[in-house]
Amino acid sequence: MTLDIIKNIENSEILLTNCIFEEVEKNETILKIENLNVYAKKEHILKNINLEIPKNKITVLLGPSGCGKTTLLKSLNRLTDLYKELKVSGHIFIENDDILASKQNTSVLRQKMGLLSQRPYPLPYSIYKNVAYGIKLKGIKNKKLIEFNVEKKLREVGLWEEVKDRLHSSPESLSIGQQQRLCLARGLAVKPRIILADEPTSALDPVSSKIIENLFKELKKHYTIILVTHVLRQAQRLADHVVFMNYGEVIEQGSSKEIFSNPQTSQLKEYLIEGN
Amino acid sequence: MNRFKRIEELVFKWICGIASYSLIGILGFIIIIIFVKGFNALSLEMIIEAPKGGYYYGGEGGVLNAIIGSLYIALGSSLLAIIIGVPAALYINVHLVRYKKIQNIIRYLLDALWGIPSIVYGAFGFSLMLYLGMNASLLAGIITVALLTTPIVIRTFDDVLDTIPKGLQEASFALGSTRSETAFKIIFKQGFSGFITAALLAFGRGIGDAASVLFTAGYTDLIPKNLDEPAATLPLAIFFQLGSPNPLVRERAFAAAAILTIIIMIISILARILSNKYSKLNLNN
Repeated sequence: MTLDIIKNIENSEILLTNCIFEEVEKNETILKIENLNVYAKKEHILKNINLEIPKNKITVLLGPSGCGKTTLLKSLNRLTDLYKELKVSGHIFIENDDILASKQNTSVLRQKMGLLSQRPYPLPYSIYKNVAYGIKLKGIKNKKLIEFNVEKKLREVGLWEEVKDRLHSSPESLSIGQQQRLCLARGLAVKPRIILADEPTSALDPVSSKIIENLFKELKKHYTIILVTHVLRQAQRLADHVVFMNYGEVIEQGSSKEIFSNPQTSQLKEYLIEGN
Repeated sequence: MNRFKRIEELVFKWICGIASYSLIGILGFIIIIIFVKGFNALSLEMIIEAPKGGYYYGGEGGVLNAIIGSLYIALGSSLLAIIIGVPAALYINVHLVRYKKIQNIIRYLLDALWGIPSIVYGAFGFSLMLYLGMNASLLAGIITVALLTTPIVIRTFDDVLDTIPKGLQEASFALGSTRSETAFKIIFKQGFSGFITAALLAFGRGIGDAASVLFTAGYTDLIPKNLDEPAATLPLAIFFQLGSPNPLVRERAFAAAAILTIIIMIISILARILSNKYSKLNLNN
């Protein structure tokens, strides 16, 4: 009985959000980065970044290794706080809320973004508890509601059918690709607005990578995705919006079409030729 | 492979082999000596009875007082060391994750504390006891031994926590966990095998140390019923009996040593089994 009510509520929530999404289809900005500078000791890692990330699109941060893509991603949910040597200045607005303002509640802020790192880091709990962890952090205590949400999130990443019979075993029993999807489900459980993906397929085999890529195409209906990659072909397959970076600077940005078919700068041209 | 290389290989193989097996040999030798010398005195009476009148001159009784006292001190001090050590190790690895220099200084100091001989802790505990106006008692013994074992708990646990990849912490923070949630729910769980090892190492050290309890726990033939009563310990029971001119009493010293060795062996095996069990759960992390 209660489950039906919950399902009804969830469905209407989805309908409602879908309506909202349709309304704002046209290039709305969800994240605005202004004058972002990051220093590591004397090194200037990110130089005056100004960016607008479009909502419900896949924005790809493209560039050679060491160009500052990952640092940019980590500044977005303030994981840079964990590194003392990093000095971050500037503004990052998510819906007019400055992420970098010092008085921010980082827990609440980080829950607006799900992180998918280069390789999966499942929590030391069972598959079920990995997903439930995030839901519980949201303050949900009702067991039925947690159960319902765990299933929903696992279905969202296409993992439910594969793990439904061993929900209470360790995530170690899953393949790396499945673990990565589990981590994605865990991230989605805190209901983020944005998914930050830091080369999420770099440790995966081609089949698992394909699954993740297809998932992203599906997920962008409900989430904004910022994807860091140095795999050019992946960028071409997935990107709606591309930001090309080199030596800590944004060299060029634009729609996928503009960037890949009509690059303006010589650096990007070179990168595209070498990457192909 | 030329001839020289082959001889070189052979020589080093033998050197390494002799070094390893001689250690095992020495351990075996110690155990044999203890058991052979104490065999005649080893009896059920030793384990289940406290000393009766004239025990140290060959009278009847056993060393139950020392067994119980040692167990109390080891348990109490391990508990205390865990209560202080676990949060400290988590603090070093989670809260100080940004401050590599401070981490290193703390680790260095703890290593130094680990290396201080236990008689120094005993002397320190003794002065602390006098300063606080306490008598030689179970509580004073527990506190002194805890001082000795806390650095062991922290560094052993910390060593395991240090191997946990930073990505796991980042993943936890990215989900919106606070530092305390990350420390106690994620990092502690991930490093649980290290916690078991640390706890049992502290217990083993606590039960076997003589010098730190010499002045602080005192010695008595009675089984302590309160924290402020003095307590006997196995290492001291061995010490006192070994000094006796009576061969029967000296034999009993070896029997007491055998009992202590058996307890410590059980603890080590337990540590192995438990830590294996938990590290298997966390493979590949």
